[in-house]
Amino acid sequence: MNVSEIVEFIGVFLILIGSIMAVISAIGIVRLPDVYTRSHSGTKSSTLAVLLTLTGAFIFFWGSQSFASVRLLLGIVFVFLTAPVAGHLISRAAYRANVKTSDLTVEDELGDAIRAYEEEGTGEHEEDKKE
Amino acid sequence: MKPIKSNDVMLQTLTRILVFIILSFSIYLLFAGHNHPGGGFIGGLMTASAIVLLYLSFDIKSIKKSLPINFITVIGIGLLLAVATGIASMLFGYPFLTQFFDYFHIPLLGEAELTTAIPFDVGVYLVVVGAALTIILTIAEDDI
Repeated sequence: MNVSEIVEFIGVFLILIGSIMAVISAIGIVRLPDVYTRSHSGTKSSTLAVLLTLTGAFIFFWGSQSFASVRLLLGIVFVFLTAPVAGHLISRAAYRANVKTSDLTVEDELGDAIRAYEEEGTGEHEEDKKE
Repeated sequence: MKPIKSNDVMLQTLTRILVFIILSFSIYLLFAGHNHPGGGFIGGLMTASAIVLLYLSFDIKSIKKSLPINFITVIGIGLLLAVATGIASMLFGYPFLTQFFDYFHIPLLGEAELTTAIPFDVGVYLVVVGAALTIILTIAEDDI
């Protein structure tokens, strides 16, 4: 086993771990009870799955063809930046649309904050109107 | 229920970073089109998508102020550029749209092959950017 085979093995191993992560994420989306926990599963572990797979592909091509693909590195950075924010926006849109949390939920701090804002935060709103 | 003031800090901060990545990748695609996958069409679509991302995360008025481009004229400029490369070959006595290429030595980049297909591709790029953004903005501004 020479050096390039070892590097290729590392890349293939990362791709395997990444696909296992993707399956775990898919199982989470099916099994979890409400939108927020599903987006938790769908954002975190599938981001990690994509990152591991892309890193594996990068290492594989680097080891087998000594070709450092800048596009793969850029894709890793891009997915790492965008996927959590996409999850954030989807969950926030769901909360704004009054999607109920599951029955297992015991705390809703955002709801408390919004209610507190509605009760005493009228001053800011009137200032906005004056402007 | 009183509407809460919308707060898009996450999206706007990320857009400021991402637009540069998308725009640089679209320019890469435009120039890679000769020897690799890419070209004017996909590069133009990607530039249009970066600008649409700007329009999505900020409001239309502020982007109009910071990007004062009439995209209909962009279509015209692109078409003129594409036709001009065709007519330029006719001026030298060759048929319409004949392609020329030569090797030049550019500082920093080294030996590079420059062809007259690049201005044509830039024309396609401008037409695609202009057409996509004209379609999207025409639909978005229809608030009568």
